[in-house]
Amino acid sequence: MAKVAMKVNGKSVSREVEGRTLLVQFLREDLRLTGTHVGCDTSQCGACLVHVNGEAVKSCTMFAAEADGAEVTTIEAMANDDGSLNTVQQAFQDYHGLQCGFCTPGMVMSATALLKDNPKPSEREIREYLQGNICRCTGYHNIIKAIMAASGQDVASVAAE
Amino acid sequence: MYAFEVERPTSIADAVAALGREDAQALGGGQTLIPTLKQRLASPSVLVSLTGIAEMQGIRTDDAGLLCIGGGSRHGVVAKEVAANYPGLAGLAAHIGDPAVRNRGTIGGSLANNDPSACYPAAALASKATIVTNTREIAADDFFQGMFTTALEEGEIITEVKFPVPQASCYIKFEQPASRFALVGVFVAKFADGVRVAVTGASNNGVFRWTEAEAALASNFSPSALEGLSASADDMIADLHGSAAYRAHLVGVLTKRAVAAAK
Ligand SMILES: Cc1cc2nc3c(=O)[nH]c(=O)nc-3n(C[C@H](O)[C@H](O)[C@H](O)COP(=O)(O)OP(=O)(O)OC[C@H]3O[C@@H](n4cnc5c(N)ncnc54)[C@H](O)[C@@H]3O)c2cc1C
Ligand code: FES
Ligand code: FES
Repeated sequence: MAKVAMKVNGKSVSREVEGRTLLVQFLREDLRLTGTHVGCDTSQCGACLVHVNGEAVKSCTMFAAEADGAEVTTIEAMANDDGSLNTVQQAFQDYHGLQCGFCTPGMVMSATALLKDNPKPSEREIREYLQGNICRCTGYHNIIKAIMAASGQDVASVAAE
Repeated sequence: MYAFEVERPTSIADAVAALGREDAQALGGGQTLIPTLKQRLASPSVLVSLTGIAEMQGIRTDDAGLLCIGGGSRHGVVAKEVAANYPGLAGLAAHIGDPAVRNRGTIGGSLANNDPSACYPAAALASKATIVTNTREIAADDFFQGMFTTALEEGEIITEVKFPVPQASCYIKFEQPASRFALVGVFVAKFADGVRVAVTGASNNGVFRWTEAEAALASNFSPSALEGLSASADDMIADLHGSAAYRAHLVGVLTKRAVAAAK
């Protein structure tokens, strides 16, 4: 066991963890932040996506010990201060960008990371950026629309497939 | 996963010392090793993380004009920072996996792992790169020794990779759609003194040079120089994604496309 200390959603936390404790386990089991999901064992689905020092990272493919000293942001910190949905979240609701919702925390974190680097992405850029986020339900189309809308762009232009 | 400790040294010397412990293993970005540990296919007692070592970060051009990339450099950083200098390499790095994988995975980890379908080995071999470790320099031609096998000794770590920058280059991969690894990938690099063509994803022996294509392209660097040339299907990978003959065919097609797109 070793001590790790990091900032999660703006709050300093520290705990004793095993070397093999994944960041996602630390978030879900130690901090009870269960909004971050685990959808696979192969680092492919992106349901566990969080931001570490502002960058999109699969929290199932990083050890908690490696996040020592880092700033971590999870889906729990995405809503506005008054608890209402933020722009990206609201757009997912408005455009039916989710069905079962399992992939949604990762999708929202991924979309947020994209829009930080590229505030007006094209449809193609959005599809490419989301390559590491798998959704079993929506067929992606409404997710793309939601992200177009969240970035203030014309949703009607999204190719109907 | 079996239990292990994680250490985070801040210098190459400390990392090498830590790797001297019994059953210690280097941890780069973890994008290959962590899934492997989850499957219990590895059981180290200590993982020595290389991500906190400042000496292994950073990209520079040395006095000889070689592009030197720190062994701990992440794919996303390489994609951005070498875009102007070496667009072929930047393009390769920009299409490894997905953005989150590129935010963690490192060039040193990719080369050390030498997955037969990985992208970076093709760049290193085609560019005639030199792999620098804590003890020596290894030419790419001697480094890759077959599927998941390299010239690295136990506990030896890749600290830097030095790339001669070609006049024109391009990497094209035919993606395995689920994993986005290369079903086949071809890196073409044109230098003043010749052309090198490295193929990944195709062979049971890992990354290799297609020397017939290199000879044909040396005098005429255009897709037409490759007319009538085909890669042999002997010893090519055959799996549910494609037969050996299919992969051999892709080698020819992708090499032509890479030559046409090289810049
Ligand atoms: C979803 C997904 C998609 C991917 N798609 C692609 C793709 O399209 N193309 C591609 O090429 N790769 C792909 N990868 C693999 C990715 O590029 C990995 O980052 C890379 O193979 C390993 O690098 P790493 O830094 O993560 O190494 P790790 O996983 O940490 O380590 C891999 C191996 O290398 C050793 N090692 C690590 N660093 C060093 C070093 N500096 N010196 C010596 N040994 C070292 C470790 O001990 C281990 O044996 C993908 C991975 C995932 C999860
Ligand atoms: S749970 Fe992390 S990628 Fe699937
Ligand atoms: S909404 Fe069900 S997996 Fe995406």
